[in-house]
Amino acid sequence: MSDVLENIDLFVDGYLTSLKIILWALAGSLPLGVLIAACRVSPIPPLRAFGTFWVTTFRNTPLTVVLFFCAFGLPELGINNSFFFFGVLGLVLYTSAFVCEAVRSGINSVPAGQAEAARSIGLDFSQGLRFVVLPQALRTVVPPLGSVLIAMFKNSAVVGAFGVGGDLWSTGLGLTSAQGYPALTIFGIGVAVGFLCITLPAGALLQVLERRVAIAR
Amino acid sequence: MSQQETVLYDAQGPRARRRTRIGTAVAVLLLLGLAYVVVQRLAERDQFSMEKWGPLIDPGNETFDAVWRLIGEGVVNTVRAAILAMVLSIVLGTLIAVARLSVGRIGRIPLIGLIEILRGLPVVVLVFIAVRVLPDVGVDLRGLPGGQVLWGLVIGLTAYNMVIFAEIVRAGVASLPKGQREAALATGLTSGQTMRLVLLPQAFRTMLPAIISQLIVVLKDTSLVTFIANYDELLSQGESIRRNLDNPIQTFVVIALLYIAINYLLGRLAQYIEKRQSGRGRSAAATVEQEAAPTAGA
Repeated sequence: MSDVLENIDLFVDGYLTSLKIILWALAGSLPLGVLIAACRVSPIPPLRAFGTFWVTTFRNTPLTVVLFFCAFGLPELGINNSFFFFGVLGLVLYTSAFVCEAVRSGINSVPAGQAEAARSIGLDFSQGLRFVVLPQALRTVVPPLGSVLIAMFKNSAVVGAFGVGGDLWSTGLGLTSAQGYPALTIFGIGVAVGFLCITLPAGALLQVLERRVAIAR
Repeated sequence: MSQQETVLYDAQGPRARRRTRIGTAVAVLLLLGLAYVVVQRLAERDQFSMEKWGPLIDPGNETFDAVWRLIGEGVVNTVRAAILAMVLSIVLGTLIAVARLSVGRIGRIPLIGLIEILRGLPVVVLVFIAVRVLPDVGVDLRGLPGGQVLWGLVIGLTAYNMVIFAEIVRAGVASLPKGQREAALATGLTSGQTMRLVLLPQAFRTMLPAIISQLIVVLKDTSLVTFIANYDELLSQGESIRRNLDNPIQTFVVIALLYIAINYLLGRLAQYIEKRQSGRGRSAAATVEQEAAPTAGA
Protein backbone atom coordinates (compact mmCIF):
# COMPACT_ATOMS: atom_id res chain seq x y z
CA MET A 1 0.00 0.00 0.00
CA SER A 2 2.81 2.40 0.90
CA ASP A 3 4.33 1.73 -2.54
CA VAL A 4 1.23 3.26 -4.04
CA LEU A 5 0.98 6.16 -1.60
CA GLU A 6 4.62 7.11 -2.15
CA ASN A 7 3.87 7.58 -5.83
CA ILE A 8 0.37 8.89 -5.52
CA ASP A 9 1.10 11.98 -7.59
CA LEU A 10 2.30 9.77 -10.47
CA PHE A 11 -0.90 7.77 -10.25
CA VAL A 12 -3.01 10.92 -10.27
CA ASP A 13 -1.15 12.09 -13.37
CA GLY A 14 -1.68 8.69 -14.96
CA TYR A 15 -5.36 8.80 -14.10
CA LEU A 16 -5.71 12.20 -15.77
CA THR A 17 -3.85 11.06 -18.89
CA SER A 18 -6.12 8.02 -19.12
CA LEU A 19 -9.11 10.35 -18.86
CA LYS A 20 -7.62 12.44 -21.67
CA ILE A 21 -7.34 9.38 -23.93
CA ILE A 22 -10.94 8.52 -23.07
CA LEU A 23 -12.28 11.99 -23.81
CA TRP A 24 -10.54 12.20 -27.19
CA ALA A 25 -11.77 8.74 -28.09
CA LEU A 26 -15.31 9.69 -27.06
CA ALA A 27 -15.19 12.85 -29.17
CA GLY A 28 -14.07 10.79 -32.16
CA SER A 29 -15.96 7.52 -31.91
CA LEU A 30 -19.44 8.82 -31.09
CA PRO A 31 -19.90 11.02 -34.21
CA LEU A 32 -18.09 8.49 -36.41
CA GLY A 33 -20.20 5.60 -35.07
CA VAL A 34 -23.44 7.53 -35.61
CA LEU A 35 -22.32 8.43 -39.13
CA ILE A 36 -21.59 4.78 -39.96
CA ALA A 37 -24.95 3.80 -38.46
CA ALA A 38 -26.62 6.39 -40.68
CA CYS A 39 -24.87 4.76 -43.66
CA ARG A 40 -26.10 1.32 -42.59
CA VAL A 41 -29.76 2.33 -42.36
CA SER A 42 -29.77 4.64 -45.39
CA PRO A 43 -31.73 3.69 -48.51
CA ILE A 44 -28.57 3.93 -50.64
CA PRO A 45 -27.07 0.46 -51.28
CA PRO A 46 -23.38 1.42 -51.67
CA LEU A 47 -23.46 3.35 -48.40
CA ARG A 48 -25.07 0.38 -46.67
CA ALA A 49 -22.39 -1.90 -48.08
CA PHE A 50 -19.69 0.48 -46.90
CA GLY A 51 -21.21 0.54 -43.40
CA THR A 52 -21.37 -3.26 -43.28
CA PHE A 53 -17.77 -3.52 -44.47
CA TRP A 54 -16.62 -1.06 -41.80
CA VAL A 55 -18.42 -2.84 -38.98
CA THR A 56 -17.33 -6.33 -40.08
CA THR A 57 -13.73 -5.22 -40.33
CA PHE A 58 -13.36 -3.36 -37.06
CA ARG A 59 -15.59 -5.55 -34.93
CA ASN A 60 -13.74 -8.73 -35.83
CA THR A 61 -10.21 -7.37 -35.61
CA PRO A 62 -8.57 -7.17 -32.18
CA LEU A 63 -7.98 -3.61 -31.00
CA THR A 64 -4.30 -4.52 -30.73
CA VAL A 65 -4.08 -5.28 -34.45
CA VAL A 66 -5.82 -2.01 -35.31
CA LEU A 67 -3.29 -0.19 -33.11
CA PHE A 68 -0.30 -1.96 -34.68
CA PHE A 69 -1.64 -1.15 -38.12
CA CYS A 70 -2.10 2.52 -37.25
CA ALA A 71 1.28 2.95 -35.61
CA PHE A 72 3.44 0.92 -38.02
CA GLY A 73 1.36 0.92 -41.20
CA LEU A 74 0.35 4.56 -41.48
CA PRO A 75 3.93 5.95 -41.31
CA GLU A 76 4.67 3.80 -44.38
CA LEU A 77 2.08 5.92 -46.16
CA GLY A 78 3.75 9.10 -45.06
CA ILE A 79 1.33 9.77 -42.22
CA ASN A 80 3.51 10.58 -39.25
CA ASN A 81 2.25 11.54 -35.86
CA SER A 82 2.71 10.85 -32.17
CA PHE A 83 1.91 7.50 -30.57
CA PHE A 84 -0.80 9.31 -28.64
CA PHE A 85 -2.48 10.25 -31.92
CA PHE A 86 -2.17 6.75 -33.40
CA GLY A 87 -3.37 5.19 -30.15
CA VAL A 88 -6.47 7.38 -29.97
CA LEU A 89 -7.07 6.91 -33.71
CA GLY A 90 -7.00 3.12 -33.36
CA LEU A 91 -9.36 3.27 -30.38
CA VAL A 92 -11.74 5.57 -32.30
CA LEU A 93 -11.83 3.31 -35.38
CA TYR A 94 -12.37 0.19 -33.27
CA THR A 95 -15.03 1.72 -31.00
CA SER A 96 -16.95 3.35 -33.87
CA ALA A 97 -18.01 -0.09 -35.14
CA PHE A 98 -19.54 -0.94 -31.77
CA VAL A 99 -21.19 2.47 -31.41
CA CYS A 100 -22.68 1.99 -34.87
CA GLU A 101 -24.18 -1.37 -33.97
CA ALA A 102 -25.65 -0.04 -30.72
CA VAL A 103 -27.27 2.90 -32.50
CA ARG A 104 -28.53 0.74 -35.35
CA SER A 105 -30.09 -1.79 -33.01
CA GLY A 106 -31.83 1.12 -31.28
CA ILE A 107 -33.31 2.38 -34.53
CA ASN A 108 -34.38 -1.11 -35.55
CA SER A 109 -36.06 -1.69 -32.20
CA VAL A 110 -38.67 0.98 -32.90
CA PRO A 111 -41.75 -0.89 -34.16
CA ALA A 112 -42.47 -0.15 -37.83
CA GLY A 113 -46.03 0.82 -36.86
CA GLN A 114 -44.68 3.90 -35.08
CA ALA A 115 -43.18 5.38 -38.25
CA GLU A 116 -46.18 4.29 -40.27
CA ALA A 117 -48.50 6.03 -37.83
CA ALA A 118 -46.33 9.14 -38.01
CA ARG A 119 -46.56 9.15 -41.80
CA SER A 120 -50.28 8.51 -41.77
CA ILE A 121 -50.99 11.56 -39.60
CA GLY A 122 -49.09 13.62 -42.14
CA LEU A 123 -45.62 14.06 -40.62
CA ASP A 124 -42.90 14.16 -43.25
CA PHE A 125 -39.68 12.14 -43.07
CA SER A 126 -37.69 14.55 -40.90
CA GLN A 127 -40.64 15.26 -38.59
CA GLY A 128 -41.31 11.56 -38.17
CA LEU A 129 -37.65 11.01 -37.41
CA ARG A 130 -37.47 13.92 -34.98
CA PHE A 131 -40.71 13.53 -33.06
CA VAL A 132 -41.46 9.81 -33.26
CA VAL A 133 -38.58 7.51 -34.18
CA LEU A 134 -35.47 9.11 -32.69
CA PRO A 135 -36.90 9.89 -29.22
CA GLN A 136 -37.80 6.23 -28.86
CA ALA A 137 -34.62 4.96 -30.49
CA LEU A 138 -32.35 7.07 -28.28
CA ARG A 139 -33.92 5.61 -25.15
CA THR A 140 -33.33 2.07 -26.34
CA VAL A 141 -29.78 2.96 -27.33
CA VAL A 142 -28.77 4.05 -23.82
CA PRO A 143 -28.04 0.63 -22.25
CA PRO A 144 -26.05 -0.94 -25.14
CA LEU A 145 -24.26 2.32 -25.94
CA GLY A 146 -23.38 2.70 -22.27
CA SER A 147 -21.75 -0.71 -22.13
CA VAL A 148 -19.90 -0.01 -25.38
CA LEU A 149 -18.50 3.19 -23.90
CA ILE A 150 -17.51 1.57 -20.59
CA ALA A 151 -15.72 -1.14 -22.60
CA MET A 152 -13.95 1.68 -24.43
CA PHE A 153 -12.87 3.25 -21.12
CA LYS A 154 -11.25 -0.07 -20.25
CA ASN A 155 -9.71 -0.38 -23.70
CA SER A 156 -7.87 2.88 -23.05
CA ALA A 157 -5.55 0.64 -20.98
CA VAL A 158 -4.64 -1.19 -24.19
CA VAL A 159 -3.81 2.13 -25.82
CA GLY A 160 -1.67 2.85 -22.77
CA ALA A 161 0.02 -0.55 -22.99
CA PHE A 162 0.77 0.30 -26.59
CA GLY A 163 3.12 3.02 -25.43
CA VAL A 164 1.28 6.32 -25.20
CA GLY A 165 3.17 7.05 -22.02
CA GLY A 166 2.05 8.78 -18.88
CA ASP A 167 -1.29 7.04 -18.48
CA LEU A 168 -2.25 4.66 -15.66
CA TRP A 169 -0.81 1.61 -17.39
CA SER A 170 2.50 3.24 -18.30
CA THR A 171 2.81 4.64 -14.78
CA GLY A 172 2.40 1.16 -13.35
CA LEU A 173 4.82 -0.37 -15.82
CA GLY A 174 7.40 2.35 -15.24
CA LEU A 175 7.28 1.84 -11.49
CA THR A 176 7.54 -1.96 -11.69
CA SER A 177 10.03 -2.41 -14.53
CA ALA A 178 12.27 0.62 -14.22
CA GLN A 179 12.12 1.34 -10.50
CA GLY A 180 11.69 -2.19 -9.23
CA TYR A 181 8.53 -1.76 -7.20
CA PRO A 182 6.63 -5.04 -6.69
CA ALA A 183 4.04 -5.64 -9.41
CA LEU A 184 1.59 -6.90 -6.82
CA THR A 185 0.99 -3.59 -5.09
CA ILE A 186 1.52 -1.32 -8.07
CA PHE A 187 -0.77 -3.18 -10.45
CA GLY A 188 -2.96 -5.04 -7.97
CA ILE A 189 -3.76 -1.85 -6.05
CA GLY A 190 -2.58 1.31 -7.81
CA VAL A 191 -3.50 0.66 -11.43
CA ALA A 192 -6.54 -1.45 -10.56
CA VAL A 193 -8.03 1.17 -8.24
CA GLY A 194 -7.34 3.83 -10.84
CA PHE A 195 -9.38 2.01 -13.45
CA LEU A 196 -12.12 1.15 -10.97
CA CYS A 197 -12.35 4.89 -10.25
CA ILE A 198 -13.26 5.28 -13.92
CA THR A 199 -15.46 2.26 -14.62
CA LEU A 200 -17.47 1.96 -11.40
CA PRO A 201 -18.78 5.56 -11.38
CA ALA A 202 -19.47 5.25 -15.11
CA GLY A 203 -21.41 2.04 -14.49
CA ALA A 204 -23.42 3.65 -11.67
CA LEU A 205 -24.15 6.68 -13.84
CA LEU A 206 -25.31 4.39 -16.62
CA GLN A 207 -27.71 2.61 -14.27
CA VAL A 208 -29.24 5.91 -13.15
CA LEU A 209 -29.56 6.99 -16.76
CA GLU A 210 -31.13 3.68 -17.76
CA ARG A 211 -33.76 4.03 -15.06
CA ARG A 212 -34.45 7.61 -16.15
CA VAL A 213 -35.04 6.77 -19.78
CA ALA A 214 -36.58 3.33 -19.40
CA ILE A 215 -39.86 3.01 -21.26
CA ALA A 216 -42.46 0.30 -21.11
CA ARG A 217 -43.34 -0.89 -24.54
CA MET B 1 -37.21 -6.98 -52.57
CA SER B 2 -34.08 -4.89 -52.92
CA GLN B 3 -34.97 -2.62 -50.00
CA GLN B 4 -34.54 -4.01 -46.55
CA GLU B 5 -37.45 -3.78 -44.19
CA THR B 6 -36.88 -0.68 -42.08
CA VAL B 7 -38.80 1.54 -39.78
CA LEU B 8 -37.49 4.70 -41.40
CA TYR B 9 -39.13 4.63 -44.80
CA ASP B 10 -41.89 3.04 -46.84
CA ALA B 11 -41.59 1.13 -50.07
CA GLN B 12 -40.35 3.82 -52.44
CA GLY B 13 -42.38 5.49 -55.15
CA PRO B 14 -40.99 6.65 -58.50
CA ARG B 15 -39.68 9.97 -57.21
CA ALA B 16 -37.94 8.45 -54.19
CA ARG B 17 -36.50 5.72 -56.42
CA ARG B 18 -35.01 8.37 -58.68
CA ARG B 19 -33.53 10.16 -55.69
CA THR B 20 -32.09 6.87 -54.46
CA ARG B 21 -30.51 6.25 -57.85
CA ILE B 22 -28.91 9.70 -57.82
CA GLY B 23 -27.73 9.13 -54.26
CA THR B 24 -26.30 5.78 -55.28
CA ALA B 25 -24.39 7.32 -58.16
CA VAL B 26 -22.96 10.04 -55.89
CA ALA B 27 -22.04 7.52 -53.21
CA VAL B 28 -20.34 5.21 -55.70
CA LEU B 29 -18.32 8.13 -57.07
CA LEU B 30 -17.33 9.21 -53.56
CA LEU B 31 -16.31 5.72 -52.50
CA LEU B 32 -14.41 5.14 -55.74
CA GLY B 33 -12.65 8.46 -55.23
CA LEU B 34 -11.71 7.44 -51.72
CA ALA B 35 -10.46 4.06 -52.95
CA TYR B 36 -8.47 5.80 -55.68
CA VAL B 37 -6.76 8.11 -53.20
CA VAL B 38 -5.83 5.17 -50.98
CA VAL B 39 -4.59 2.98 -53.84
CA GLN B 40 -2.70 5.92 -55.33
CA ARG B 41 -1.01 6.55 -52.00
CA LEU B 42 -0.14 2.89 -51.61
CA ALA B 43 1.29 2.70 -55.12
CA GLU B 44 3.22 5.93 -54.68
CA ARG B 45 4.86 4.48 -51.58
CA ASP B 46 5.64 1.25 -53.38
CA GLN B 47 3.35 -0.83 -51.19
CA PHE B 48 2.26 -3.21 -53.96
CA SER B 49 5.76 -4.46 -54.68
CA MET B 50 6.36 -8.20 -54.65
CA GLU B 51 9.27 -7.52 -52.33
CA LYS B 52 6.73 -6.66 -49.63
CA TRP B 53 3.91 -9.04 -50.60
CA GLY B 54 5.95 -11.97 -51.89
CA PRO B 55 6.73 -13.68 -48.58
CA LEU B 56 3.02 -13.62 -47.76
CA ILE B 57 1.34 -14.59 -51.03
CA ASP B 58 3.91 -16.11 -53.38
CA PRO B 59 4.52 -19.82 -52.64
CA GLY B 60 7.70 -19.64 -54.71
CA ASN B 61 9.22 -17.03 -52.39
CA GLU B 62 12.08 -18.31 -50.27
CA THR B 63 10.61 -17.08 -46.98
CA PHE B 64 7.00 -18.04 -47.81
CA ASP B 65 7.14 -21.38 -45.99
CA ALA B 66 8.77 -19.94 -42.89
CA VAL B 67 6.31 -17.05 -42.73
CA TRP B 68 3.26 -19.26 -42.99
CA ARG B 69 4.68 -21.75 -40.51
CA LEU B 70 4.92 -18.87 -38.03
CA ILE B 71 1.39 -17.75 -38.82
CA GLY B 72 0.06 -21.30 -38.53
CA GLU B 73 1.66 -21.70 -35.12
CA GLY B 74 0.16 -18.34 -34.18
CA VAL B 75 -3.35 -19.42 -35.12
CA VAL B 76 -2.99 -22.67 -33.18
CA ASN B 77 -1.69 -20.89 -30.09
CA THR B 78 -4.38 -18.21 -30.25
CA VAL B 79 -7.16 -20.77 -30.58
CA ARG B 80 -5.67 -22.94 -27.84
CA ALA B 81 -5.51 -20.08 -25.33
CA ALA B 82 -9.02 -18.93 -26.28
CA ILE B 83 -10.58 -22.36 -25.91
CA LEU B 84 -8.87 -23.07 -22.59
CA ALA B 85 -9.98 -19.68 -21.24
CA MET B 86 -13.48 -20.25 -22.60
CA VAL B 87 -13.94 -23.68 -21.00
CA LEU B 88 -12.61 -22.49 -17.65
CA SER B 89 -14.78 -19.36 -17.81
CA ILE B 90 -17.93 -21.36 -18.51
CA VAL B 91 -17.27 -23.79 -15.65
CA LEU B 92 -16.31 -21.13 -13.09
CA GLY B 93 -18.95 -18.69 -14.34
CA THR B 94 -21.66 -21.31 -13.88
CA LEU B 95 -20.41 -22.02 -10.36
CA ILE B 96 -20.48 -18.31 -9.51
CA ALA B 97 -23.96 -17.90 -10.95
CA VAL B 98 -25.27 -20.92 -9.05
CA ALA B 99 -23.62 -19.70 -5.86
CA ARG B 100 -25.14 -16.27 -6.35
CA LEU B 101 -28.59 -17.75 -6.87
CA SER B 102 -28.32 -20.12 -3.90
CA VAL B 103 -26.75 -18.08 -1.10
CA GLY B 104 -28.85 -15.63 0.86
CA ARG B 105 -29.07 -11.90 0.61
CA ILE B 106 -26.02 -11.28 2.81
CA GLY B 107 -23.87 -14.08 1.37
CA ARG B 108 -24.40 -12.53 -2.02
CA ILE B 109 -22.63 -9.28 -1.15
CA PRO B 110 -19.00 -10.53 -1.45
CA LEU B 111 -19.89 -12.31 -4.69
CA ILE B 112 -21.39 -9.19 -6.20
CA GLY B 113 -18.33 -7.24 -5.04
CA LEU B 114 -16.04 -9.74 -6.77
CA ILE B 115 -18.12 -9.59 -9.96
CA GLU B 116 -18.13 -5.79 -10.02
CA ILE B 117 -14.38 -5.50 -9.44
CA LEU B 118 -13.40 -8.07 -12.04
CA ARG B 119 -15.84 -6.60 -14.54
CA GLY B 120 -14.57 -3.09 -13.91
CA LEU B 121 -10.93 -3.86 -14.69
CA PRO B 122 -9.40 -3.85 -18.17
CA VAL B 123 -8.59 -7.38 -19.34
CA VAL B 124 -5.05 -6.31 -20.13
CA VAL B 125 -4.52 -5.41 -16.45
CA LEU B 126 -5.90 -8.78 -15.34
CA VAL B 127 -3.66 -10.62 -17.79
CA PHE B 128 -0.68 -8.61 -16.54
CA ILE B 129 -1.48 -9.49 -12.95
CA ALA B 130 -1.91 -13.16 -13.85
CA VAL B 131 1.33 -13.35 -15.85
CA ARG B 132 3.61 -11.15 -13.73
CA VAL B 133 2.16 -11.05 -10.23
CA LEU B 134 1.12 -14.67 -9.68
CA PRO B 135 4.73 -15.98 -9.89
CA ASP B 136 5.77 -13.23 -7.42
CA VAL B 137 3.30 -14.44 -4.83
CA GLY B 138 4.42 -18.04 -5.23
CA VAL B 139 1.93 -19.49 -7.72
CA ASP B 140 4.04 -21.74 -9.90
CA LEU B 141 2.51 -22.33 -13.31
CA ARG B 142 5.67 -23.61 -14.96
CA GLY B 143 4.79 -27.26 -14.35
CA LEU B 144 1.61 -27.03 -16.39
CA PRO B 145 1.65 -28.24 -20.01
CA GLY B 146 2.04 -25.31 -22.39
CA GLY B 147 4.12 -23.17 -20.09
CA GLN B 148 3.76 -20.35 -17.63
CA VAL B 149 2.75 -17.57 -20.03
CA LEU B 150 -0.03 -19.59 -21.65
CA TRP B 151 -1.58 -20.31 -18.27
CA GLY B 152 -1.07 -16.76 -17.05
CA LEU B 153 -2.92 -15.56 -20.15
CA VAL B 154 -5.64 -18.15 -19.66
CA ILE B 155 -6.07 -17.22 -15.99
CA GLY B 156 -6.21 -13.51 -16.80
CA LEU B 157 -8.80 -14.03 -19.53
CA THR B 158 -10.76 -16.41 -17.30
CA ALA B 159 -10.82 -13.96 -14.39
CA TYR B 160 -12.59 -11.45 -16.58
CA ASN B 161 -14.80 -13.73 -18.63
CA MET B 162 -16.03 -15.98 -15.83
CA VAL B 163 -17.94 -13.07 -14.28
CA ILE B 164 -19.36 -12.18 -17.69
CA PHE B 165 -20.52 -15.78 -17.95
CA ALA B 166 -21.90 -15.70 -14.44
CA GLU B 167 -24.10 -12.83 -15.59
CA ILE B 168 -25.07 -14.63 -18.81
CA VAL B 169 -26.00 -17.79 -16.88
CA ARG B 170 -27.93 -15.81 -14.31
CA ALA B 171 -29.89 -14.03 -17.04
CA GLY B 172 -30.46 -17.37 -18.78
CA VAL B 173 -31.85 -19.00 -15.63
CA ALA B 174 -33.92 -15.93 -14.79
CA SER B 175 -35.45 -15.94 -18.26
CA LEU B 176 -36.95 -19.41 -17.76
CA PRO B 177 -40.63 -19.60 -16.82
CA LYS B 178 -41.11 -19.79 -13.06
CA GLY B 179 -43.13 -22.96 -13.49
CA GLN B 180 -40.02 -24.90 -14.51
CA ARG B 181 -38.45 -24.58 -11.10
CA GLU B 182 -41.72 -25.02 -9.26
CA ALA B 183 -42.59 -28.15 -11.23
CA ALA B 184 -39.13 -29.62 -10.64
CA LEU B 185 -39.35 -29.00 -6.92
CA ALA B 186 -42.89 -30.38 -6.85
CA THR B 187 -41.76 -33.66 -8.41
CA GLY B 188 -39.43 -34.08 -5.45
CA LEU B 189 -36.08 -32.98 -6.90
CA THR B 190 -33.78 -31.21 -4.45
CA SER B 191 -32.90 -27.63 -5.28
CA GLY B 192 -29.45 -28.79 -6.44
CA GLN B 193 -31.02 -31.35 -8.76
CA THR B 194 -33.50 -28.76 -10.00
CA MET B 195 -30.63 -26.48 -10.96
CA ARG B 196 -28.53 -29.25 -12.51
CA LEU B 197 -31.18 -31.27 -14.30
CA VAL B 198 -33.87 -28.74 -15.19
CA LEU B 199 -32.77 -25.11 -15.13
CA LEU B 200 -29.15 -25.12 -16.33
CA PRO B 201 -29.67 -27.36 -19.40
CA GLN B 202 -32.46 -25.09 -20.63
CA ALA B 203 -30.55 -21.94 -19.79
CA PHE B 204 -27.48 -23.19 -21.66
CA ARG B 205 -29.48 -23.80 -24.79
CA THR B 206 -30.74 -20.24 -24.93
CA MET B 207 -27.28 -18.97 -24.00
CA LEU B 208 -25.43 -20.69 -26.84
CA PRO B 209 -25.35 -17.62 -29.13
CA ALA B 210 -24.10 -15.46 -26.25
CA ILE B 211 -21.42 -18.04 -25.50
CA ILE B 212 -20.17 -17.95 -29.09
CA SER B 213 -20.19 -14.14 -29.17
CA GLN B 214 -18.09 -14.16 -26.01
CA LEU B 215 -15.70 -16.64 -27.64
CA ILE B 216 -15.06 -13.98 -30.30
CA VAL B 217 -14.18 -11.48 -27.57
CA VAL B 218 -11.83 -13.98 -25.92
CA LEU B 219 -10.16 -14.79 -29.24
CA LYS B 220 -9.47 -11.11 -29.81
CA ASP B 221 -8.27 -10.58 -26.26
CA THR B 222 -5.61 -13.32 -26.49
CA SER B 223 -3.62 -10.81 -28.56
CA LEU B 224 -3.23 -8.56 -25.49
CA VAL B 225 -0.45 -10.83 -24.24
CA THR B 226 1.81 -9.23 -26.88
CA PHE B 227 2.29 -6.29 -24.51
CA ILE B 228 3.09 -8.42 -21.50
CA ALA B 229 5.14 -11.52 -22.24
CA ASN B 230 6.35 -13.82 -24.96
CA TYR B 231 3.63 -16.13 -26.17
CA ASP B 232 3.62 -16.98 -29.86
CA GLU B 233 0.01 -16.17 -30.67
CA LEU B 234 -1.12 -14.76 -34.00
CA LEU B 235 -0.37 -11.07 -33.40
CA SER B 236 3.04 -11.74 -31.81
CA GLN B 237 3.98 -13.87 -34.80
CA GLY B 238 2.83 -11.08 -37.11
CA GLU B 239 4.93 -8.63 -35.13
CA SER B 240 8.08 -10.73 -35.53
CA ILE B 241 7.39 -11.16 -39.25
CA ARG B 242 7.03 -7.40 -39.58
CA ARG B 243 10.27 -6.82 -37.73
CA ASN B 244 12.16 -9.19 -40.04
CA LEU B 245 10.60 -8.29 -43.38
CA ASP B 246 9.80 -4.62 -42.72
CA ASN B 247 6.39 -4.82 -44.36
CA PRO B 248 3.94 -3.66 -41.66
CA ILE B 249 0.97 -2.90 -43.93
CA GLN B 250 1.08 -6.22 -45.74
CA THR B 251 1.69 -8.33 -42.64
CA PHE B 252 -0.98 -6.70 -40.51
CA VAL B 253 -3.51 -6.85 -43.36
CA VAL B 254 -2.97 -10.61 -43.55
CA ILE B 255 -3.09 -11.00 -39.75
CA ALA B 256 -6.26 -8.89 -39.56
CA LEU B 257 -7.87 -10.91 -42.36
CA LEU B 258 -7.19 -14.13 -40.45
CA TYR B 259 -8.79 -12.74 -37.29
CA ILE B 260 -11.72 -11.40 -39.32
CA ALA B 261 -12.24 -14.73 -41.09
CA ILE B 262 -12.27 -16.73 -37.84
CA ASN B 263 -14.45 -14.26 -35.95
CA TYR B 264 -16.82 -13.62 -38.84
CA LEU B 265 -17.51 -17.33 -39.20
CA LEU B 266 -18.08 -17.65 -35.44
CA GLY B 267 -20.45 -14.66 -35.57
CA ARG B 268 -22.41 -16.23 -38.39
CA LEU B 269 -22.58 -19.48 -36.44
CA ALA B 270 -24.03 -17.59 -33.45
CA GLN B 271 -26.61 -15.90 -35.70
CA TYR B 272 -27.54 -19.22 -37.28
CA ILE B 273 -28.05 -20.93 -33.94
CA GLU B 274 -30.06 -17.99 -32.67
CA LYS B 275 -32.31 -18.08 -35.70
CA ARG B 276 -32.80 -21.83 -35.48
CA GLN B 277 -33.61 -21.57 -31.82
CA SER B 278 -36.14 -18.79 -32.19
CA GLY B 279 -37.89 -21.02 -34.72
CA ARG B 280 -37.59 -24.18 -32.67
CA GLY B 281 -37.82 -22.60 -29.26
CA ARG B 282 -41.52 -22.05 -29.51
CA SER B 283 -42.33 -25.49 -30.83
CA ALA B 284 -40.09 -27.09 -28.21
CA ALA B 285 -41.85 -25.08 -25.52
CA ALA B 286 -45.20 -26.13 -26.94
CA THR B 287 -44.12 -29.78 -26.90
CA VAL B 288 -43.01 -29.44 -23.30
CA GLU B 289 -46.37 -27.98 -22.39
CA GLN B 290 -48.23 -30.78 -24.09
CA GLU B 291 -46.14 -33.46 -22.48
CA ALA B 292 -46.13 -31.81 -19.09
CA ALA B 293 -49.74 -32.60 -18.32
CA PRO B 294 -49.65 -36.41 -18.64
CA THR B 295 -46.25 -36.65 -16.92
CA ALA B 296 -47.49 -34.59 -14.01
CA GLY B 297 -50.56 -36.78 -13.79
CA ALA B 298 -48.61 -40.04 -13.81
